[in-house]
Amino acid sequence: MRADIVIVGGGPAGLAAAIAAAKEAPELSILILERDNELGGILNQCIHNGFGLHTFKEELTGPEYAERFEQQLVGHNIRYLLDTMVLNVASNQVTAVNSNDGVFTVDCGAVILCMGCRERPRGALNIPGLRPAGVFTAGTAQRLVNIEGYIPGKEVVILGSGDIGLIMARRLTLEGAKVKAVCELMPYSGGLKRNIVQCLDDFDIPLLLSHTVIDIKGKERVSSVVIAEVDGSLKPIPGTEQEIKCDTLLLSCGLIPENELSRAADIKIDPATNGPIVNESFETSVQGIFACGNVLHVHDLVDYVSEESSRAGKSAARFVKKNEIETAETKNIRIQKGSGVRYTVPCTVRIANLEDDLIIRFRSTGVFKDSYIDVQFDGEQKIHRRKQIITPGEMEQVILKREELEQCIDEITVSITEG
Amino acid sequence: MDTRELTCINCPMGCRITVVMEGAEILSVTGNNCKRGEIYAKTEVTAPVRTVTTTIKVNGGTHDRVSCKTKEPIPKDKIFEVMDVINRSVCEAPVRTGDILIPDCAGTGIPIVATKGVDNI
Ligand SMILES: Cc1cc2nc3c(=O)[nH]c(=O)nc-3n(C[C@H](O)[C@H](O)[C@H](O)COP(=O)(O)OP(=O)(O)OC[C@H]3O[C@@H](n4cnc5c(N)ncnc54)[C@H](O)[C@@H]3O)c2cc1C
Ligand code: SF4
Repeated sequence: MRADIVIVGGGPAGLAAAIAAAKEAPELSILILERDNELGGILNQCIHNGFGLHTFKEELTGPEYAERFEQQLVGHNIRYLLDTMVLNVASNQVTAVNSNDGVFTVDCGAVILCMGCRERPRGALNIPGLRPAGVFTAGTAQRLVNIEGYIPGKEVVILGSGDIGLIMARRLTLEGAKVKAVCELMPYSGGLKRNIVQCLDDFDIPLLLSHTVIDIKGKERVSSVVIAEVDGSLKPIPGTEQEIKCDTLLLSCGLIPENELSRAADIKIDPATNGPIVNESFETSVQGIFACGNVLHVHDLVDYVSEESSRAGKSAARFVKKNEIETAETKNIRIQKGSGVRYTVPCTVRIANLEDDLIIRFRSTGVFKDSYIDVQFDGEQKIHRRKQIITPGEMEQVILKREELEQCIDEITVSITEG
Repeated sequence: MDTRELTCINCPMGCRITVVMEGAEILSVTGNNCKRGEIYAKTEVTAPVRTVTTTIKVNGGTHDRVSCKTKEPIPKDKIFEVMDVINRSVCEAPVRTGDILIPDCAGTGIPIVATKGVDNI
């Protein structure tokens, strides 16, 4: 099989990348490989609304948002194979398997990685206690309820206040379950404020900040969990233990980009994002392999996934058409993370390759109030912008004008400074 | 006099807003950092509304359930009645996104519409 561009994963990232690549270069053939039995990725199970406010200026549910993109595939040189799992990637060849074709290879000019992310499983969380049935990640529970129509339990405790956990607290309550508490290890919630109000406060579900689960009880099925308050160094405080009777524990403790394929292809991974290190064109350390969406860094808003993936798709199309200037000849500017910044995407910029302005997305290391976002070019202040609040839960961005970037020689530093 | 504490959901600041009321009349709105907070607080204390999203059973389709929503936000105190009506309803495949599945749900005057398509088997 052959395709000019192979896209691994048919979620919102893969769809937006495919459409943008096809628009940029209608003569190129594009192939999406998706392991699930439908396109749309995780959006199929996100039946709540709040998607698309930026892109379509209306509030859509996850499936509606995905459908808007699926409709755009028609009329372009884009094919897709469902129930097809990609096993291996290199810059000019992808190996995949499905029940019709068995194991097959696709020769190609470029690859775009759009595999999304997955949830931190319980093993990564170190909760002591038994391993009875009734412990689910919040995303698994979301799939069970919204796709299979199966309610996982009647009395629920949720550990972690990320958005998926908050959304599931409401979803299970609507379906008649009793959500007894949401425990959050940190002194602040990782979820959006609007979700705390609409998903917890609306139904009087308590949010216990600085609390964690220290024990899970029950032989075959969860019968209760023991929670405790934690101190400033996140250690449980003796004497604060409470036992809560429940049959289900949901874990909503963060997402990790799904990069097994990237690692096997020797793509350099940024330890801060767990995703590939990319340049302004979303190209990884392996030439001809691009990455976008949640496989690159975890996004809270699908609108940003679509926007970023469009740029990645366009870059890949330009690369295949050889419009891209060779790496060696162009100056490579590093983007450094200064104080208060956990990571930036991208990590390097070749100005000659920029079509438009440069968007740098980043996350903070903690909560900052009344502080400034600073950008320096080679140590010289360029941007000093006041922000009322910056939290690790909300992605930030700065936009740098192409003309201005011409002045920069070696490095751009992004930092957060307190007022 | 009645005092209500709210969290504004319009931006990440999440201002704590205090609304003082005398019966149905709003006497003061404080704590908001901007005009949007005031508007939110006024609707929230007079007639709070929410969009409900859930799934409904489908007969004869490629999937057993299809996702759906209230076409417009419904009064907050009707949420559980609306859920109850949806959970007792069944629709027939094929279903297209935007199809009206229940014309007037639980006397709210607001229809339930499909948010995904389901084909016939
Ligand atoms: C459980 C969960 C709930 C979420 N809820 C929200 C929400 O409410 N609102 C929001 O804005 N964002 C939410 N997110 C974030 C959401 O994932 C992103 O907004 C968006 O869906 C990311 O798009 P993506 O295409 O990068 O990843 P995904 O949507 O995850 O799509 C990745 C696709 O790649 C496929 N794939 C992976 N590996 C392979 C392989 N080897 N071969 C073939 N195909 C492969 C997968 O099957 C999947 O279809 C949620 C994420 C998760 C995990
Ligand atoms: S009142 Fe204004 S500043 Fe405060 S949370 Fe609401 S929208 Fe944001």
